[in-house]
Amino acid sequence: MRQEIRICGFGGQGVITGAVILGKAAAVYDGKIACQTQSYGPEARGGAASAMVVIADGPIGYPGVHAADVLVAMSQEAFTRYAREVKPECIIIVDPDTVFSWDIPHIVHPVRSTKIAEELGNIVVANIVMLGALTALSKVVSREAILAATLASVPARFKELNRSALEAGLEAGTGQAA
Amino acid sequence: MSTTLTLKTAAQLRATYLRGEMLPSIFCDGCGLGNVLNYTLWALEQLGTDLDRTVFVSGIGCSSRLSGYVNADGMHTTHGRALSFASGIKAANPDLTVIVFTGDGDGVGIGGNHFLHAIRRNMDLTVILVNNFTYGMTGGQAAPTTPVGSFSTTTPYGNIEHPLDICELAKAIGAPYIARWPVSYPYQPIKSIAQGISKRGFSLIEMLVPCHTAYGRRNGLKDLEVIWQWYRDHVVLLDDYDHITQFGSPEEQAALREKIKIGVFQDVERECFDERWAALVERVKL
Amino acid sequence: MSTYRERIRQALGGKVQFVQGDDACAYGAILAGCTFFAGYPITPATEVAERMSEILPLLGGCYIQMEDEIASLGAIIGASWTGAKVMTATSGPGFSLMQENLGYGIMTETPCVIINVQRSGPSTGQPTLAAYGDMMQARWGTHGDHEIIMLCPSNVQEALDLTIVAFNLAERYRTPVLLFIDGELGHMRERLVIPEDGEFELVDRVRAERRAGYKPFEAGESLVPAFAPFGSGYRTYVTGLTHNEQGLPRTSSAPIHDQLVRRLSDKITTHSDDIVRYEAYHTDDCEIAIVAYGLTARTCRDVVDEGRRRGIKVGMLRLITIWPFPETLVADLAKRVDAMLVPEMNLGQIVHPIREAVEGRCRVKLLAKIGGDLHSPHELLEALEELRCQPR
Repeated sequence: MRQEIRICGFGGQGVITGAVILGKAAAVYDGKIACQTQSYGPEARGGAASAMVVIADGPIGYPGVHAADVLVAMSQEAFTRYAREVKPECIIIVDPDTVFSWDIPHIVHPVRSTKIAEELGNIVVANIVMLGALTALSKVVSREAILAATLASVPARFKELNRSALEAGLEAGTGQAA
Repeated sequence: MSTTLTLKTAAQLRATYLRGEMLPSIFCDGCGLGNVLNYTLWALEQLGTDLDRTVFVSGIGCSSRLSGYVNADGMHTTHGRALSFASGIKAANPDLTVIVFTGDGDGVGIGGNHFLHAIRRNMDLTVILVNNFTYGMTGGQAAPTTPVGSFSTTTPYGNIEHPLDICELAKAIGAPYIARWPVSYPYQPIKSIAQGISKRGFSLIEMLVPCHTAYGRRNGLKDLEVIWQWYRDHVVLLDDYDHITQFGSPEEQAALREKIKIGVFQDVERECFDERWAALVERVKL
Repeated sequence: MSTYRERIRQALGGKVQFVQGDDACAYGAILAGCTFFAGYPITPATEVAERMSEILPLLGGCYIQMEDEIASLGAIIGASWTGAKVMTATSGPGFSLMQENLGYGIMTETPCVIINVQRSGPSTGQPTLAAYGDMMQARWGTHGDHEIIMLCPSNVQEALDLTIVAFNLAERYRTPVLLFIDGELGHMRERLVIPEDGEFELVDRVRAERRAGYKPFEAGESLVPAFAPFGSGYRTYVTGLTHNEQGLPRTSSAPIHDQLVRRLSDKITTHSDDIVRYEAYHTDDCEIAIVAYGLTARTCRDVVDEGRRRGIKVGMLRLITIWPFPETLVADLAKRVDAMLVPEMNLGQIVHPIREAVEGRCRVKLLAKIGGDLHSPHELLEALEELRCQPR
C-alpha cells in the first residue's frame, strides 16, 4: 500500500522538517519504506514551500506525490495550490488562522497549530503540532514512532517543548476524528 | 641542521641523487635549471634528507621536468596544479617531505590560485619556483613575470602588462619562508633551500634563471655571457636596497627602479596545516 | 581501545537511518575505507562534503576544502599515491573543471572515486534540480582515448552500496571511478540500512612486493600494475606523459604509446563482466523493454507493473554500470524484443550507445525530458502504448 502525504505552507514554517520527521517515524521507527522529497515541478516555486513523504510496504518507485492521501496546509497560498492534487478521500488538515477559505468537497480538519504553538511558548513548533494532528487523523505512522522521531530530531533543550507540541496536536487531531 | 658539509664529487652526487635513465637532461646549454637542481641536491646532502621519504612534485614546463631527474618518488602533474597534488600528498601523509619544482608560468600564471591558497593554508611544502620571465618549453610566450616592454612570441610589439612580484605576493599572504636568488649566486640558494625544507610550513625559494634560448634572443640577451651579466647587473640585495633608499644618491636611488630585490624576504614561524589538522583530530577523534 | 571498523560504526550512528542520497555516498565512502576527501562546495553535492568533514576527523582521516574542483581532484590523486582511499564530490560545473585531472588519474592509474550529483546545464543551468546531462561528458569529457567506469544508483540505499563498489573497482583496476546521481536523489531522504562488515566486499589495490626489478607500470595478466605508495622506498616517478613500464617519459615512441593506452583501455574492457551491473525486471518474455538508469528507473519499475496489468508485455533493463557500456547485454535484449523505450533526463545521451548496440534489430524510442521534472508514470505509459500500436 502506498500513501502520499504533502505538508505545505510558507517557507520558514518548518514544513520540510515536519516531513523529514514523518518520514523518519515511518522508516526508522515503524520499519516501513519511506521517501521524502521537496516539490518536483514548477508549482513549488514562489512563496509556497512543499515537502512530500511517500510511505509504503514495498519499494517506492516514483518518489513524488500524484494525488495526496493526506494534505497538511499551513498557508492559504499553499492550500489553494495543492488542494487540487488530492485523492477524493484525502484527509485535509489546515490551520484556520492561516488558511481562511477551503471551498472544496472534502472534509477539512481545522487545527489551530500556530495558536497552540504560541500558547506552548514558541511558534516554531506549529509544524510539530500538525504532525501530531496528522498522526491522530491519518494513522500513517504510529504515535510511538512519531514521538520517537520528533525527539530524535530536535536539540535536547527543545525536547520537552516538542513533546508538548506533539501531544497537543495528537489531542487536537483525536478531537477532530471523534 | 648539519653544519658540516663533506665535499662530494659531481659523480658521487649524481650516483646518489639522480635517476640515471633520465639523463641527459632536456635543458639547453647555458640554462640555469641544472644549477637549481644542483643547489637542491646540495641542500638535501647538507640536511641528510632521506630520499625514500621525500616526494618531488611538479607541474608542466622546463622547471617541472626537474622532478624526474631526482631518484626519489616523483609526480609530474598537470599544468599549474602541482601545488594541489602536493597538498594532497602532504595532508594525507605529513611524515613525507614534499618539494615542489615549478616555474613562473606554471606556479603563478595558470597555477596562481593554488599558489595563494597553499600559502593561506600554510601547507608544509618547499616550493622551488624557477622564474625565467617566459614560457620556455613552448618557445617563449609572454608569462605573468615578463617585464614590461619585453618581446616574446605572443608580445611581438612589446609586453604592455605589469609583471608579478612573486615573493611580495607570497609575503602578502603570509608564507613563513621566502627567498629569491639569481642562479649565479651559488651558496645562498643552497642555504635557502635547506632552510626552506627545514621550515614547518610553506617555503618559497624563487630562483632567477636566465633563458637565453626563448627569452634572451628576443630581448638582446642571446649571448650567454651577456644574459648572465644582465642578472648580475639587475639584482640588489634587500639590505643594500634599504640602505640605498635611505642614504643613496639620487642616481643610485633611480637605478634601484631597474633592479630586482634578492635575499631572504621572510623567515618566521607559523603553524602549518598538518599541525593544525592533527590538533583538530586530537580534539574530536573517537 | 575500539578497532577502526568499530569506530566507523560509532561515527556513522544508528543502523537504520532516514537520510539523503548525498549522505549515503559519504557513508559508503567511509565504510569502504576512505580516509581522505578533498572538495569544493557546490549545489547539490555539498552535503557529501559536509558529511565527510564531520566524519573524517572523528576517525583520524583528513578532509580538506580546496580552492576549486581542479585542485580537489589534484589533491585526492596526490593523496591516493600515499596509499589512501580517496574521494571527491561535485556537480556538473565542477565536473567540467575536473576533466584534465580526470585524464591524469586515468593515465597514472590512480584509484579515486568522484561523485557527481548532477544538475542541469549547460553552464550554471538549474542548480537545485535533477538532470542526467553529464552522462556523455563522463565518457568523453577528458581528452584522448580512454575507458572510464561509471555507476548510477537509483535510490538512497543503492547510493551507499554502489559507493562501496566504486571504491572496490577503483582499487581493483587502479583507475578513477565515477558515481553519478542527481540533485533529486542527492537531496531525497529514504530509509538507509548501514550494512555490517562482511555483508560487503572490501578491495585494496595490489601492493608491490619486491623492490628488486620493480617497474611501477608493468602489468601482468590482470593488466593492472602493482602499487607502491610514495614514501615506501620504491622511488616511483608518476607522469601524465606517455611513459614506459618504469614510468619514465617516452613521448616520441609510437609503440610505447600504443601499448600503454591500449592496456589502459583493455584493463577495463576485458574485465567488463566484473564491472557491469544491471537489473533485469520482467525481461524474459517482454516485447517492449524499457532501458533506464538512475532516478528515472524507479518510476519505470512502477510502469512495468502497470503496463503488465494493462496487457502490455513490458519489462525493464536497468543499467547500473553505464560505462563501460554493457553492449552485449543490450544487443542480446534487442534480439528478443520489438522495441526499446529509453527515458532520459537529458535530450538523449545513453540512447546513442544503445542504438549502436541494437544495430537496427529493434525500434528504439527516446523519451527525453529536461527542466527538472521526473518522467511521470502517465507519460511513460503513453509512450509504451504508442510503441505497442506502431507496426513492426
